[in-house]
Amino acid sequence: MSNLQAPRGGAKEQSGLRYPANGKTIYHRPLNRAKTAELSGASFAYLFSEMVSYASKKIESIQDLEKRLNVQGHPIGLKLLDLLLYREPARSQTRPLNIITLLHFIKINVWQHLFGQAADGLEKSSDPSKPDEYMIIDNEPLVNRYISVPRDMSQLNCAAYVAGIIEGVCDGAAFPARVTAHSVGKQEEGEMWPGRTVFLVKFAPEVMERETFLGKG
Amino acid sequence: MYYAQVRPQSVLETGCGETSDAHCPAQQLNSSIQLEADISTQNPVEQILGILALIVINKAGGLIYNRTFGDGLNQLNTNDYLVLAGTFHGVHAITTRLNPGHQPQQITAGGIPSRPDPPSGLEVMESENFRLQCFNTLTGTKFLLFTDTLQANVDVAMRKIYDLYADFVTKNPFYQLEMPIRCDTFDRKLNSYIREVNNAR
Repeated sequence: MSNLQAPRGGAKEQSGLRYPANGKTIYHRPLNRAKTAELSGASFAYLFSEMVSYASKKIESIQDLEKRLNVQGHPIGLKLLDLLLYREPARSQTRPLNIITLLHFIKINVWQHLFGQAADGLEKSSDPSKPDEYMIIDNEPLVNRYISVPRDMSQLNCAAYVAGIIEGVCDGAAFPARVTAHSVGKQEEGEMWPGRTVFLVKFAPEVMERETFLGKG
Repeated sequence: MYYAQVRPQSVLETGCGETSDAHCPAQQLNSSIQLEADISTQNPVEQILGILALIVINKAGGLIYNRTFGDGLNQLNTNDYLVLAGTFHGVHAITTRLNPGHQPQQITAGGIPSRPDPPSGLEVMESENFRLQCFNTLTGTKFLLFTDTLQANVDVAMRKIYDLYADFVTKNPFYQLEMPIRCDTFDRKLNSYIREVNNAR
């Protein structure tokens, strides 16, 4: 990817519309040039509300709905990986090569870009029989801020959309994974954060195989 | 704006006697006053202060939300709440049509008469025991807030409650407009706000 970057040093004559002299292309700037570069939370809330309503049409089960939200988020993750890496300075502009770097990239960069703050936690599954499971924790997901799930759909967590984005980032970085969102707000530590959500990242077997192989080397 | 000052007891005795204001539809108010008087505390020794109850009525006159705040309040049964909402809706519709004065035709610079603001109808009702503030949104949803008679800044509280409704009810994909409000987040935020207001007194 770094060969797309504006050539540095002795490339003054090449600066133009495509490669400005300061090396910043249009991909480095947000579309919204306002000082704070923020979007309206209310507009997003109404849009997301309609996305959920759209996804809940003609569904057979809650899993169906979550799957559809996941599918809506997936392409965003794929593209976001490219965009965020492209905006990195040239020397750190490599895609994540192991699981920890990847998850760290998601926790810090992706979360910062999407929600304006890093995720609240990153944990490895404590169950030794499941070394392929990692958890990203968000105390109050932005997408769920105004959503109250009815009692008869209590397993539903609309942050499945965010899980789709994470899955897209993992797939794009060649770490195929299944990502699901789970509410844990009802448990004992959930008193303070009723909307606390855990994104469970389960990597494919070939990823774990590669990881152990790389680890030995 | 109509400002109906009615003492429930005297109305019960004399029918329309206390309401010197000829434009006040006291006859129609009678039934709702009796119901509303039950909501506020009837024990003058232990006057419960602050915001007492919230009722939301949809534009068809159906009850979509009711909640009381604080312990020791007299409760109505569900049927009475539905009757109260329907009755208030009717009374409110009548008061929007009442106007003792003659409304002057407003002429703008262009000579085209401008459309006057829609009449607000009943906004405040006071009795010995409680004060009822009604807020009618542009879409016809009515918020009724029952407070004690000395509660200050009811407008601010009403505004905040409307904000909470706009955020946590209308932005919720699982809420259908005009249907009863069953949103946990709304309940939670509303309770914490009312507690904050009531504790400040």
